[in-house]
Amino acid sequence: MSSPGIERVCVVGAGVIGSLFAGHLGRVCEVSVLCRREKHAAALNAEGLRVSGRHAFVARVRAATDPAELPEPELAIVATKTTELEQAASRLDGVWPGAAVMTVQNGLGAEAAFPGRRVLSAVTFMSGTRHSDTHVEYILDTETWLGPYGETPLELVEQVAALIASSGLKARPFRDLRPAQWSKLIFNATVNAVAALTGLPHDFHFAERGKPGDLGDLVFGLVEEGKRVAAAAGVELYEDPWDMNVHATRRGSRHYPSMLEDVEAHRPTEIEHINGALVREAAEADVQVPLHTALCALVRGRESSWL
Amino acid sequence: MRVCVVGCGAVGSLFAANLAQLEDVEVCAYDLDQAHVDAINAGGLRLSGAGEVVGRLSATADAGELPPCEFGIVATKAMHTESAIAATAHAFADGSVASVQNGIGNEEAIAGHVERVIRGTTFPAGRLVEPGHVQWDVKGDTTIGPFEPSPAPMAEIERLAEACTRAGLSTQAVADARGPQWCKLIFNAATNPVGALTGLTHGRVCEDPGLRALVSDLVDEGKAVAAAQGIELDTDPEELIDHAARPEVAYDHKASMLQDVEARRPTEIDYLNGGIVRFGGEHGVPAPLNEAILALVKGLEASW
Repeated sequence: MSSPGIERVCVVGAGVIGSLFAGHLGRVCEVSVLCRREKHAAALNAEGLRVSGRHAFVARVRAATDPAELPEPELAIVATKTTELEQAASRLDGVWPGAAVMTVQNGLGAEAAFPGRRVLSAVTFMSGTRHSDTHVEYILDTETWLGPYGETPLELVEQVAALIASSGLKARPFRDLRPAQWSKLIFNATVNAVAALTGLPHDFHFAERGKPGDLGDLVFGLVEEGKRVAAAAGVELYEDPWDMNVHATRRGSRHYPSMLEDVEAHRPTEIEHINGALVREAAEADVQVPLHTALCALVRGRESSWL
Repeated sequence: MRVCVVGCGAVGSLFAANLAQLEDVEVCAYDLDQAHVDAINAGGLRLSGAGEVVGRLSATADAGELPPCEFGIVATKAMHTESAIAATAHAFADGSVASVQNGIGNEEAIAGHVERVIRGTTFPAGRLVEPGHVQWDVKGDTTIGPFEPSPAPMAEIERLAEACTRAGLSTQAVADARGPQWCKLIFNAATNPVGALTGLTHGRVCEDPGLRALVSDLVDEGKAVAAAQGIELDTDPEELIDHAARPEVAYDHKASMLQDVEARRPTEIDYLNGGIVRFGGEHGVPAPLNEAILALVKGLEASW
């Protein structure tokens, strides 16, 4: 794609990640937000989107619940949770045919929800806290990684990465995102599910090893299973998820993984898209993953307890 | 005969209140919950649910007040066995003491303080509703036998079994009580933490195919560890699990570990899955899923 530049971006789904993208990008291009709730859209139109924490500013954004009310963007960043991905995809069905789509969902397979489009795969490690519909706090200024999906040209990926970086967030383009995506998949499948079941934020317990019942031994075992699945699927990991785990626990942020927040709020979790995806890949590759299978069953059971 | 129930929580109360119905049995209870003790002394110990009973007995939180007893029935949570028997052992200088607790390792702790020890396993279950009042959720059998390294005489074991049975708690005296104990251990270790981690009752755990499969995998590891020690299970834990899932048995029962988790109390995980992992380690039998469950529940406890 010879670069005419990206002047308009639509963020679909303004949770923590979507709000961080929308707020920052609103400083460098025209940003719209496609919301699920009328009230959310009205508040954003009236008040703008406030970012606090590592950066502090208020961005003007245009928000609506119907894409027909928004200008056609060159890029749509789909930042819904995986549990709301299908709904988001159906709302974009047939609109903005020229727009590329960047998916930032946890797990695997979000890209396939947008057939016929240029799609960018992305995973993000940044984090924040959503204080209200119009206020997000930027906490961890870690990178977003993106790569081409299918026939999407690398130049477009580089262009989007440059745009994100110019907005004040950290982004890195990859020629092939799968090694990074799988590293994060294994990391999330392990850390999120263990946090959801124990109620522990991602803290030092996750790296503690040696005594019977130490949580780090379980985390290590889960990572090992994930690595065997990746190897069987022919993916060479970008980072060792165990190192990612140890590194994150030493950062001292005591991050609350989203799956833990979901469980505490009695919301559906992303277990099917994260651990479920890993277990399905394992079955295809004929790799035994008894620990991940157990975690999947336990989190699904936990979800059913409040239904 | 005089029986002292050590630890008068749900299970202890089932023994205490039922035994107190017998004219030839005098029951006393030792428990650290002063409100519960006061309520028992004031209005008796009331059971409702599977049986409606009010037992008249004397309760105390002061071990020094206990008279000499012919029998002790220890029903504390497993992590309190050591301190409870250390405090009450003087009452059993000439008596025999049975454990009716969950998990493994309790008889070893009791034998550190008294000579005649009875290995026991019990299935009745309930929960403390308020001081002096226990909801009796589940009826079931009790099996008692000599604790091999420091045994009570068989005649005494039979005497205790007879009294319990007469009081309405069907109890068998057997020569080798390890089979029933490991059967219940495996049952508990495979089901209690799954209930605790998911928030589901026993029946709902068993209805969920993914969880039921996990329960079976946990059972299989436990069976392998029992077999390596030469212990013959008297019943297949799988049968107990399916039986308990029936609506008229324990479908709606919240495992004691789930009750503990909801109240943010320490659980017995170290004596259940932790016990299987420990004995497995000693006999060269890996139990990775029991170890995973152990880690998750310990993590849950650490989150409070």
